[in-house]
Amino acid sequence: MVFSRYLFFILSFVAIYAALKVLISKSPMHSVLYLTLAFFAIAGHYILLNAQFLAVVHIIVYAGAIMVLFIYTVMLLNLNIQGEFPKSKFANIASTIAGGLLLLTLIAIFKSYDLKIIANPALNQIGLVKSLGKVLFEDYFLPFELSSVLFLAAMVGAVMLGKKDIY
Amino acid sequence: MIEKIWLVPLFPLIGFLAIAFNFMRFKGLLSGIIASSAVFLSFIGSMILFLQLSAGQEAMTVDLFNWIHFNNLSIPFSFLVDKLSVLMLLIITGVGFLIHVYSIGYMKEDAGFNRFFAYMNLFIFFMLLLVLGSNYLVMFIGWEGVGLCSYLLIGFWFKNQDFNNAAKKAFIMNRIGDLGFLLALFMLILQFGTLNFSDIFSKSQTILVGNSTITIITMLLFAGAVGKSAQIPLFTWLPDAMAGPTPVSALIHAATMVTAGIYMIARSNILFVLAPVTMWTISLIGIATALLAGSIAIFQTDIKKILAYSTISQLGLMFVALGAGSFTAAMFHLTTHAFFKALLFLAAGSVIHALSGEQDIRKMGGLRHKIPVTFWVFFIGSLAIAGVPPFAGFFSKDAIMLGTFESSPVLWIVSVLVALMTSFYMFRLLFTVFWGKAIVSENKYHPVHESPKSMTIPMMVLAALSVFGGMIGIPQLLGGSDRIQDYLAPIFAASASILKQHPSEVNVSSELALMLVPLILIFIVIYAAYLLYAKKRLVQLEDKPRSFFENLITRKFYIDELYEIIIQQPVSRLSIFFHDVIEIKIIDRLVNNTGNMIVWAGKNIRYVQTGNVGVYLFFMVVSIITILFFNLFN
Amino acid sequence: MPDTIQNMQVIPLDYYIFFCSALFAIGVVGVLVKRNALVIFMSIELMLNSANLLLAAFSAYRNDPAGQIFVFFIMVVAAAEVAIGLALLVMIYRSTHTIDINVLNKLKW
Repeated sequence: MVFSRYLFFILSFVAIYAALKVLISKSPMHSVLYLTLAFFAIAGHYILLNAQFLAVVHIIVYAGAIMVLFIYTVMLLNLNIQGEFPKSKFANIASTIAGGLLLLTLIAIFKSYDLKIIANPALNQIGLVKSLGKVLFEDYFLPFELSSVLFLAAMVGAVMLGKKDIY
Repeated sequence: MIEKIWLVPLFPLIGFLAIAFNFMRFKGLLSGIIASSAVFLSFIGSMILFLQLSAGQEAMTVDLFNWIHFNNLSIPFSFLVDKLSVLMLLIITGVGFLIHVYSIGYMKEDAGFNRFFAYMNLFIFFMLLLVLGSNYLVMFIGWEGVGLCSYLLIGFWFKNQDFNNAAKKAFIMNRIGDLGFLLALFMLILQFGTLNFSDIFSKSQTILVGNSTITIITMLLFAGAVGKSAQIPLFTWLPDAMAGPTPVSALIHAATMVTAGIYMIARSNILFVLAPVTMWTISLIGIATALLAGSIAIFQTDIKKILAYSTISQLGLMFVALGAGSFTAAMFHLTTHAFFKALLFLAAGSVIHALSGEQDIRKMGGLRHKIPVTFWVFFIGSLAIAGVPPFAGFFSKDAIMLGTFESSPVLWIVSVLVALMTSFYMFRLLFTVFWGKAIVSENKYHPVHESPKSMTIPMMVLAALSVFGGMIGIPQLLGGSDRIQDYLAPIFAASASILKQHPSEVNVSSELALMLVPLILIFIVIYAAYLLYAKKRLVQLEDKPRSFFENLITRKFYIDELYEIIIQQPVSRLSIFFHDVIEIKIIDRLVNNTGNMIVWAGKNIRYVQTGNVGVYLFFMVVSIITILFFNLFN
Repeated sequence: MPDTIQNMQVIPLDYYIFFCSALFAIGVVGVLVKRNALVIFMSIELMLNSANLLLAAFSAYRNDPAGQIFVFFIMVVAAAEVAIGLALLVMIYRSTHTIDINVLNKLKW
């Protein structure tokens, strides 16, 4: 039982470290790779939450599709331009303060709600593929189908935008 | 046939639309012919209706459509066809037709020929609406419509600013009266819940004489009549209205529109007899107006203005008759007055036409042999208006005199005085213009010519009407049957019963005396006028110093000046105050400074929008934090 | 999986709240600090992920499948969004030859 707690801390540490590295890295390529790492850490969190379906989908969509898109964009367009956009110190400090304030506010808000959590959350089976699939195809069937239309639209849009002689 | 009553006002409307929308395309006299035939068709329709009603057909209301329906108030757009409205129809369309024909000759060379006939037809349409309406609101449409047409036609020659001012004056003075009319309508709705004549009159049967609400309503209605029919204190517009073309003066400002007030009171006779106070007011204002206008007319020198004041004076007499409760006499005089006053105006127009626009009678003279037709019709008209038997004016004036004598002998004496004045100024006009020698220089005198046939024939017809028009009301005393009394009796039956009138209270000998005394005096006055103006040519060309009274009357009792001091100047001073202080110093400043402030703020705040996406993002995050922060505490 | 079932009792919900908030704040700071549009875009993905994780956590702790369904749909939208966003980025790069957001300063009066 202590093991899972360690696992939580390790995964959290990795995720936050990777996220910070995304910001700190001078090269976009490095940022992309650290982001992938962060995504894998988050997938671990999903498994820890007994949400296997989400964990799998997360890896497929984020690590598999989205990160590949990022890497393609960076590499194919040679966007890997390093450290040539320095920002003013004042802006950096202000931004960091704003981020810290946001963190405090978010935590304060979440804490302000008295959430009723179940006595033994570990016993729930909702995150399993079978149970989630049932909900998805019974209660959320229409949105599910509509999301395919959304994808089609996104695909058409992306192709249109990507065409060279669009103007 | 009566159901087809809507055809009667439709013809002039079609005529108006046809002429108005083909403004430039009608060449020559075509528009005049169209307009005249439209009115003639209406006249035929009116004639048929008249014959049917005379043959014993019942009066009826013809509903065209339901116009206003609101809560319990229902106002249909409907026409009332009864003997009173048909009598008015005949006057309007008959005299209107003759004047239209006359106008073809009179306006022939005017650039606005088409426009003139469009306005004239529109006027006839509204006038027909006024007399045909079966409720006060339809009447009000016509009432306002004729006011509009009056405005348009007085200012017909709109290039002359004086004429425009006269038109505005007429319009504004009418508006004052119309306000009274409108308030009366609201009060009628409040009191009776309807505006239909028949409903109101049947409901008012139960109201006691002297009811204060009815008194107020009738006073307000009378205010409307005062404006439209040019009585004290709203009479000064009518002389100025002579700025319009002469046929307009004949049709609108003598025969039809100005009599709308008389018609309206005669129509609402039941309401008025319920308010004795109003009746007395009407009598007093009528007699005062008749005296005032008559005395002014004696010293006027403009041929049309004399006739205008004469019209005011005659209208005053009609109001006296109304106030005395002899509605029939008022309607009778209205009818004959329409004939002879239209005739006089047309003849005056013919004189002006002959003299190429000269209107000052001091410069006229000796026209008797130069334009004989005009002279004879003018002579007939003068005899008729002076009340010489057997011309039309004699009978109608006699009916009024009789009515006033029954009401109060004092009123009778004053009306006799008015009648004497009438004959004096009319014969002064006649003798000055047609006798003696011309004073105007010879070369201007040279092209004097008789008017064309299209002008003389309508005048002859009107002259015939002025001669024989009185036949419809010959009193029994003179062996007549007083047909108009019988004809209109159903209209005034209810009010007659309230007034407890008897057909003739005055015995035969005194009635004869009442008839003969003024008659003898009138002949004396005419002879005096003959001596003064035909023999001695008492015509002063220069404005030499006059006595105080002469001056007072010549300047029309300074009433225009009085209105200027009492009303116009305070209002304009107040307006100047509002403009200089309230408008410029307060409102303008407030509005401008608000605008300036926003411009200034915009100029400075726009720099916040740097266009830098990073800055926008920063502000977005800060805003979100702020919103979340406030959410935390709510 | 008896182990995970046991473990869940050990990790309080607060931990997830702290962790996800921190991740979200890092994403926000990234958006504010970086001038490279691509990295900003990555930061946005980071924020989306933190929200997703928190939703999944709430779902699990409240025994309500709706939260996880939501996460699924967010992923769907995110995938579409990334496709379009990157296409836009490519277009911007083509027309301006930079992805520095400070150069993109046309959005003003």
